Amino acid sequence: MDEPTAPADSPVARPIAPIVVYRHRLATRIWHWINAITIFIMIGSGIGILNAHPRLYWGQYGANFDHAWLDLRPYSDILRSGWLTIPAGYNLAISRRWHLLFALVLGFGLLVFMIASLINRHFQRDLRVRAREIGPRHLWADLLAHLRFDFHNPEDPAAYNTLQKLAYVVAIFVLIPLMIFTGLAMSPGMDAAWPWLIELFGGRQSARSIHFIAASGIVLFVIVHLTLVVLAGPIEEVWSMITGRWTLPAAPPPEPAATSRAEPEAAE
Amino acid sequence: MTLITRRTLVTGGALGAGLLLSGCDKLAQQPGFRRILFSGEKINMGLQRALMDRNALAPEFTPDQMSPVFRTNGNSNPNTADYNRHVAENFANWRLDIGGLVDRPLRLSLTDIGAFPQRAQITRHDCVEGWSAIGKWQGPMLGNVLKAAGVRTSARYIVFTCADLWGGAPYYESIDLIDAFHPQTILAWAMNDKRVSVGHGAPIRLRVERHLGYKNAKYVMRIDAVASLAGIGLGKGGYWEDHVNYDWYAGI
Repeated sequence: MDEPTAPADSPVARPIAPIVVYRHRLATRIWHWINAITIFIMIGSGIGILNAHPRLYWGQYGANFDHAWLDLRPYSDILRSGWLTIPAGYNLAISRRWHLLFALVLGFGLLVFMIASLINRHFQRDLRVRAREIGPRHLWADLLAHLRFDFHNPEDPAAYNTLQKLAYVVAIFVLIPLMIFTGLAMSPGMDAAWPWLIELFGGRQSARSIHFIAASGIVLFVIVHLTLVVLAGPIEEVWSMITGRWTLPAAPPPEPAATSRAEPEAAE
Repeated sequence: MTLITRRTLVTGGALGAGLLLSGCDKLAQQPGFRRILFSGEKINMGLQRALMDRNALAPEFTPDQMSPVFRTNGNSNPNTADYNRHVAENFANWRLDIGGLVDRPLRLSLTDIGAFPQRAQITRHDCVEGWSAIGKWQGPMLGNVLKAAGVRTSARYIVFTCADLWGGAPYYESIDLIDAFHPQTILAWAMNDKRVSVGHGAPIRLRVERHLGYKNAKYVMRIDAVASLAGIGLGKGGYWEDHVNYDWYAGI
């Protein structure tokens, strides 16, 4: 399983030898697993912090007597469930300790990953969304392929499909940075250090609301991500995120390549 | 992959997440890991202090941006015999003691406090719970009061002892000299153009604007310059820090 092997050019009846491709670079794998733990902790401790005042407002100020656009108190029983929060019992101080330490891991981890992915060209090669990919016809075809549980382009099986690529781009370049900057905007110290932060989001309570919305987006991403890992073959997918090497799922009989999706690029 | 293994995998995943969560709590109780967990405070403080100009100001607002209602939190009335007497006398005989590592201990009446140059500021009060309220505060800069008392160079922290008792001991808070001499750190006797109400900390409330609400001590009775926080309360620099592990550095 160490070298990419070409399909055996043997008679059709014989099973094709498994194809192994190098799919995930080291920086991607390290960041993925650090983030898996970090995001898990940030969500659990974040819900713990939210439970201290489960109401959200727009603008500079917002407290009990002001209009809340979202009041989560009716869902307190769920939000305070021990299986959802860190720590299991309500403890604002300890939730904050977890959240504010792992916020550093999230922030600096993203920074290092971004620099590494520019250097190793992961961003340019794998995550660049090309104009023709986001055309409605292409997106529709990609959606239909997803519904058939057909996730890989037979011509370039290691490439991300478009919806997958868009999900990663939104998570890496929109959701996580938004979490970090709205989080910083809630810090009274950072508001003094960087006054533009609070201007950017239109007030501390708006920043807090956007923090919650982006966090909900990340929860959605995690659910979809895990579901698709299970559907796409969890053992192979998890193994590839550990070793970098991914064994292609047994390919269906090759069809005439009418729906070519991307020109294959040189694999590493 | 058959459905059964998929189901096992999903159940296993959920179970694993549950174990991980309870694992987090077990981990947080280990002294070694707890030290790591609590080190975030020092790292965040170091980073913020490095990024922040010593005198960088917290955002200030205009009168039309003020909260219509500024809620109270924590203790809203110390309700001790002494305090109630001061309230009945409208704080006429109340004095603020300033001592510890100072050359000239002071005993200031509200009139004395009003005689210092005044600073008025409309700022945002951010509670650790997540809500914010904007109000106007007025009073002398703490730095000027400390200069009048002549803080010695051996002092590193300023400790505020308050009238409200929590489990028999007075509420207290502390800040370092960077925050003590910050221009927005004031001893507020007026809020929203009126004397600070009992609910908001009469007669004097500390405003330390680059920190969360719990650092902004109400009902300040005494101010001491000290070299170390050890030996005061449980030694962590404040009531909430001592009793429920709140961060001493509340800039985040």
